[in-house]
Amino acid sequence: MGARRRRSVRRKTARVSAKPADTQWPLWEVFVQEKSGAAHEHAGSVHAPDAELALQNARDTYARRGPVTSLWVVEARHISATTPEDSPFLLGPGPEKLYRHPRFYKGAKE
Amino acid sequence: MKDDVFEYLLRLGDDRLVLGHRLSEWCGHAPIVEEDIALANLALDCIGQASQLLELAGELEGAGRDADALAFFRDPTQFRNCLLVEQPNGDFAQTIARQVLFDAAGAHVLDQLGRSKHERLAAIARKAANEVRYHVRHARDWWLRLGLGTEESHDRLQAALDELWPYTGELVTPDELDTALCRAGIGADLDAVRVWFEREVGELLAAAKLRRPPDTSFGADGGRHGKHSEHLDHLLSEMQCVARAHPEASW
Repeated sequence: MGARRRRSVRRKTARVSAKPADTQWPLWEVFVQEKSGAAHEHAGSVHAPDAELALQNARDTYARRGPVTSLWVVEARHISATTPEDSPFLLGPGPEKLYRHPRFYKGAKE
Repeated sequence: MKDDVFEYLLRLGDDRLVLGHRLSEWCGHAPIVEEDIALANLALDCIGQASQLLELAGELEGAGRDADALAFFRDPTQFRNCLLVEQPNGDFAQTIARQVLFDAAGAHVLDQLGRSKHERLAAIARKAANEVRYHVRHARDWWLRLGLGTEESHDRLQAALDELWPYTGELVTPDELDTALCRAGIGADLDAVRVWFEREVGELLAAAKLRRPPDTSFGADGGRHGKHSEHLDHLLSEMQCVARAHPEASW
């Protein structure tokens, strides 16, 4: 499952911003919470015809083996994403004063 | 009584072994990879339940047979599964219909067995009942989507239902063994299961706009006594061939 997880994370930006290139069911992004109170983290994606079956497919693909307390699915077309061209000016806080970044202290807890 | 419990465990175990094998036949062939994984998970649950039930059966028998010996070295007439589970997968609608119908009785059998006086059987049943809750939800969600989907999906599900309906009587009709074990507080009360089955299937038919097939009595039973369709021969010859070709192999 590790390989599947990496692959789907890597392709995320391209997939959510473009129309699905295939004729399958819609794509759903899957977010997994591994203990109560923790953040839901992106695990990968599944195809499904609707939200209920997306949750079931997500359960079968990403939650059957590990300890999982909650699952979210969201249809990928509802995610707005930056493009690679936007990144330099939208997402560039620079390497200095990293502590200003809202994610800076996240690592300290772990 | 010990022989009765052995026989009863074979019925429970063989139902799940044969159904699990049928579901596993979808592996690599399901309509979409997510459903492939879902059906494989259902299959693994069923085979896991069968393994525990047959292991317990072998212990009670006391003849040195374990779950593998019972699964792989009995012939078709020695299997005690109901005829419904050995029916071929057919199309996806037929697989879903078979699953919904089996669990409409089987889930209630497990719930009752969870309170069995036979403590080891009760423990297996409680764990299995929890797994089957997901089987029920997944299969019923598909049942509704096929029934209410396109004209083709509806017609295919209706055809599957018409085909499989005659095999449902066997799920909810107690014979002497069922009655004796129910009275002893060990087995499930199939008369009560029938009431649940009728109520739930009635609701499921209405919800998916399906027609209830006519009740026939051409004798689509006998599985509990080893009288099977030829489908089981083919299934077992595939399931058992590796174990029989290499009887002492381990992996």
